[in-house]
This record gives sequence, C-alpha cells and structure tokens, in this order.
Amino acid sequence: MNHLQRRQLGFAALMSGPIVWWGLVLLVPYAIMFMISFYSRQFPFHVPDFQFGNYWKIIVEDQYYMVLMRSLKISLFVSLAAFALAYPLTYYLAFKVRSHRVRMIIYVATIIPLWVSYLLRAYTWKTILGTEGILNSFLMWTGIINEPISLFLYNQFAMVITMAYIFTPYMVMPLFASLEKIPRNLIEASKDLGIGRLGTFWRITLPLSVPGILAGFTFTFCLSFGDFISPQLVGGPYSNMISNVVATQFGIAMNWPMGSALSMVVLFIVVAIITMSDRFERAGRLDLG
Amino acid sequence: MTAYASQTGERRRAEPRKLRFSRGGRDTTGRMLGVATGCVLAFMYAPIVTLMIFSFNTNQITKLPLTGWTLDWYEMAFSNSELMAALGNSLIVAAAAVVICLTIGIPTAFAMDRYEFPGKVVFRRLVLLPITLPGLITGISMLNFFSIVGVPLSLWTVVVGHGTALTAIVVTNVYARLQRFDRRIEEASSDLGARPWQTFLRVTLPNIRNAVIGSSLIAFTLSFDEIPVTFFLTGRDNTLPMYIWSTIRRGMTPEINAIGSVIIGTSIVLLLLSIFIMSEPGRGRRKAL
Repeated sequence: MNHLQRRQLGFAALMSGPIVWWGLVLLVPYAIMFMISFYSRQFPFHVPDFQFGNYWKIIVEDQYYMVLMRSLKISLFVSLAAFALAYPLTYYLAFKVRSHRVRMIIYVATIIPLWVSYLLRAYTWKTILGTEGILNSFLMWTGIINEPISLFLYNQFAMVITMAYIFTPYMVMPLFASLEKIPRNLIEASKDLGIGRLGTFWRITLPLSVPGILAGFTFTFCLSFGDFISPQLVGGPYSNMISNVVATQFGIAMNWPMGSALSMVVLFIVVAIITMSDRFERAGRLDLG
Repeated sequence: MTAYASQTGERRRAEPRKLRFSRGGRDTTGRMLGVATGCVLAFMYAPIVTLMIFSFNTNQITKLPLTGWTLDWYEMAFSNSELMAALGNSLIVAAAAVVICLTIGIPTAFAMDRYEFPGKVVFRRLVLLPITLPGLITGISMLNFFSIVGVPLSLWTVVVGHGTALTAIVVTNVYARLQRFDRRIEEASSDLGARPWQTFLRVTLPNIRNAVIGSSLIAFTLSFDEIPVTFFLTGRDNTLPMYIWSTIRRGMTPEINAIGSVIIGTSIVLLLLSIFIMSEPGRGRRKAL
C-alpha cells in the first residue's frame, strides 16, 4: 500500500461516519422540508403535490405578509438597541481600559449571560414588566403611581427590550474583536495630524469597526428573526413573529406544508443576510497587517 | 458563540500597546463611557440577580416589597416529581447529545484540518449551518424527516436534534485547536518509532484535550437549555426547559425562580470551568499574570 492509498484510506475511515450523519440529519431533512412545502393540505393531514400555493399565500395573505414585515422591523429594532448598548461598552474596553486583566474580566462578564438559560432570561422580563411585576410594584410601593401600568408587558416594546437583552452579547463579541484589531498608531497618527477626537472617531475608528458592526447586526438580526420563545412570552396579541406563525402551523393549525414553506422563506432570508454581510465584509476588508 | 472561545487565547497577544491619549489628565469621554459600561453590565445582570433574590422571598407573587427569606420554594421544587423527572430527562439528553457531538465532531474537525477534498468549502458551510440558522429550522426540518421516515417522537429524536444543532461547536473548537497545533511534534513521534495510533493517543489527543473538554461543556450547557429544537422533536416526555416553558406560560411561580436559580448557578460554574480549561494554562495564562 503506497502513501497516497494510505491517505485515502485514512480519509475514508475518518469521514465515512460524519458524511453519513451529516447527509442523514442535515441534507435529507432540508430536502424533505423543501419537498413538503409544495404539498397541499388536506384535512386532517397533507397530500403529496407540486404547487406553489403555499408560497403564493405568503405574499398575498396579510396574516403572513404583515407578520413577515413586522418580524423584519422588530429584528431591526432589536439589532439597533443591541448596537446602542454594545458600542460604548466595547469602545470603552478596547480603548479606555488599560489593564489587560480588567478588560478580559469585563469582556467575559458581558458574555457569560449567553450561557445562562435563554428561557430564564426571557422569563425574568415577564416577571419584571408584568402588571403584578417588579417594576410596577416598585413604582406603586414608592408612590410614583397608584394603579399598575399594563403598558410594559405584552407589546412590541417588551419584545424589543427582552430580545435586545438576550442577544446583546452576540453584538459585543464581533464589535470587540474588530475594535481591538484597529492599530493604535493609526489613531495616534490621526491625532498627530491635528484631527480632533470626534474627527478621529468618525474617520478612523468607526470605518475600521464596520466589519464588526456588520457581523454583530447579522448575528442579532438573524437570531431575533428566528426567535419564537420570547415573542410568545412577552409579546402581546399583535406581536406575533414569523417564527410564531411557523410554530403554529406545526401545532394547532396543523398545516405542515404551509409551515414548511414559511420555514423555507425564513431559511432563505437568513442565508441571504449571512451571505450578503459576508460579501460586504470581504469587499470592505482592509489589510492592516 | 464559539468565536469567543478561540478569541480569548488570541487577544492576549495584542496586549502590550498602550494608549498615549488616555494616560494622565482628565478624560471626560472615558469616564462617560465607563459609566455607560457600568449601566450595560447592570442591565445584563439585574434581571438574573432579581430572579435569584425572589427565589428566596416568601411572597407567592414575584413583586416588591420583599416579604421575608425562605427556602420553601427550593424544597417545593425539589419535591416536585414532575419537575425532577424533567430534570433527569434533560441530563440524559444533554449527555447523549454530547456523545454524538464528539463522535461526529472530532473526526469532522480532523478531516477539515488534514485533508483537501472536493466540496470542502460547501461541506464546511453545511456543517456550520445548524448554529447559524435559527433552531426553529433545524427542529422543523427534522420533524418533517422523522414523520416521513416514520420514527415516533421521543427523547431520542430530541437527542439527534441536539446532536445535529450542537456538533458544530465541537467542530469549530477542535478545528481551531488543530490549526494551531505544530504537526512536527507528530512527525517527531513517528520518527522515534511510535505507531500512528500511539502518536494519536499520546501526542495528538493530549494536545486537543482542552478544546474537546471545553466544547463538550459548552455543548452540554446549551443542550440542557435548548427549546426551539426540543419544542418540535419531543414526544410525551418533557425536558426541563420544556417543563418550565409550559409552566410559565400559565403563570409565574416562585418554584420556577428556585429551580431557575439552581440552573443559572450551575451553568455559570460550568462555563467558568470551560473557560478555565480552554485557556490552556501552560501557554496563555502565565503571560496574562
């Protein structure tokens, strides 16, 4: 057995398991989901078919189209909120904290909540914002209000807060990485050339952190777009997200073809966003050694 | 989420540069940013701390003012047989999912590190899909798959789902470690007469051990907390997050605060442990101190 053969054998031994596995649990299920999205519904289940009715409905029926638009809007707000929270923090860490240890400790502290149960983090906001919740009872206890305010929970505002809270670490990670990568001598050079702090920020720091911003927006946007747990917990009747509608199709609505078509749309949008941000990042990437 | 793990090691190298403009003098921007950072950290931790405080509060309803300290809710949670069964299920599922992640993830990482093969780029993207796409998509595609193949839903379908969704974590971490691994050590080992399997067991494996343990811990924690995939793939049995989910949709109970605090505490300990393990004491730590 020569060297090449041995290598090929090694590769086969290594990969045969994973290839079968990935094919079986990834490719085949995606293909099946795609196939079922063309099926038609027939009570109580569905029948094989090839028609575009499900996709057509998503465009023309308000209950799908409006929800899709709303999901995009909310995800955008969540990303903006996460950005507003994360940028000052990461900037402070990257440029103002001088001790490496302190920087690492604060950084890790912002990331840790990611591993704290997602569900419980969403749930705490329900206990905070509810009419009998902590915020209301605090305001009543201190005498600021007399009646509990029901405006806090079960609306889009609560959803944005909760999801921004949950997904901010995903904004922090890429932002911090890109800010830390900016060579300090560029900033010093800008200052030496007499450009003020604000000017330096606008012309040097911000443009150079664009890859991080892009990656952060991609993460938070896609994650909130695909979330159906928080909306159901803290969103009200008018806060259904596309993922909630998808989940319903596989639950009480019992319309798997419709649900599969909607999933394909979600999949397409997420993959499109990821690919686009990847392209942009690559096109705009500066080699700073 | 995995990007972080490989970053901590890299960050340390960028350390020695000091910022000229932040040294000495009054730095108002720096102070404002510091306050903002403090606020964001408070925002990140306040809800978690609140949950923990209320798990010790006597009042049946989660509201202010605090009425007194008690351990009753913990006692209640731990004597709730349904909850304990769910906890047991979650532990089994998470352990089994980790086994899948390792048996598929490690060979995949090796193949990607050591072999060039046609379609490698596509394969890599495919493997990373489940952590980039919303869990909902993984859940639904596998639900479609299992129903067409005729596999009844149970905890085992959940295990397969978690295995699929989380293997990428092991792949990325082990792959990152392998990329930094000096292959000449392996060559030296085989020059000294070691059989390939001896080299693997005594040279390669000890070198990637930390990445394996660390990513297993992360995969375990995430599986333990998983909802979107579990939601679609579970049969009659509940995992802990699913149990909590169905309970808190009906209303809030201090019992959930109690079990929630236990989960949060445990996952923070596990996370710190995995950070500690993955930061590779011999190399990075000494430099950091």
